[in-house]
Amino acid sequence: MPEKSAGTLATETVASPTIRMPKRPAGTLYRGREGMWSWVLHRITGVAIYFFLLVHILDTSLVRLSPEAYNAVIGAYKTPIMGLGEIGLVAAIGLHALNGLRIILIDFWSVGTKHQRVMFWVVIGLWLVLLAGFIPRQLMHIFGGE
Amino acid sequence: MTTIEAPRTPAAKPQRRRGINWEKWGWMYMRASGVVLVVLIFGHLFVNLVAGEGVKAIDFAFVAGKLADPFWVVWDTLLLWLALIHGANGMRTLVNDYATNPTVRRILLGAILASTVVLLTLGTLVIYTFDPCPAGQPADLLPSFCPVNQ
Repeated sequence: MPEKSAGTLATETVASPTIRMPKRPAGTLYRGREGMWSWVLHRITGVAIYFFLLVHILDTSLVRLSPEAYNAVIGAYKTPIMGLGEIGLVAAIGLHALNGLRIILIDFWSVGTKHQRVMFWVVIGLWLVLLAGFIPRQLMHIFGGE
Repeated sequence: MTTIEAPRTPAAKPQRRRGINWEKWGWMYMRASGVVLVVLIFGHLFVNLVAGEGVKAIDFAFVAGKLADPFWVVWDTLLLWLALIHGANGMRTLVNDYATNPTVRRILLGAILASTVVLLTLGTLVIYTFDPCPAGQPADLLPSFCPVNQ
């Protein structure tokens, strides 16, 4: 039940206007939206893939040393923990690849910028399809469900 | 008396840097290599993780079988060079963005350059000096096409 009539409230607002400092900056077209998060995810996945690549070049180089050395190290990739890690790797690569194609379309497609937001959700959709195909297959491989 | 410039006097033209615009070509490289890497990496992931027994099938004989085929030699060479330079250039971007201390920045950029040169050299040497049937190795670890297994 209103304690004051609408007329009283309106008079009070005009009499003492209060300007409150926002706790955080107001949203913009970019901040906190699809554009920013795709940029954040692109950086994080890029760094993760880079460090995997450094290790992967070194472990593959063991083929030049001896079959035993290579087989011993590659055996680590077949354990359940690393098998789950490979799902994370494929997820990171898939997101970085699809979002990279989105960046190229934004840069070179005449209406790419206009459609960047919907393309972000297309990227997420295709990424989920990719993972829906890969994760069961990988779980069968590492836990021997075949 | 102070002279006031005529209105709409164009500002002094900024000096156009001479020579190759490396940042522009770096930007172009990320997009060009990115498109090729989508094909190369998804092909690599399919053959190594999805097809057949997946990751469980990977051992020396599996890799030797691939590297005995010129198709995979070219594929893996392109993968090595395009991916590592793409990754190193991306890391260079991050270092330029976040390393505010000039000394730290130079050390990090030097480390990226050095590791890239070392790994490209190592990887290329491995691919092109590789022997799928090394002498004196247990036959059961070698591919079936090696003379010891015939």
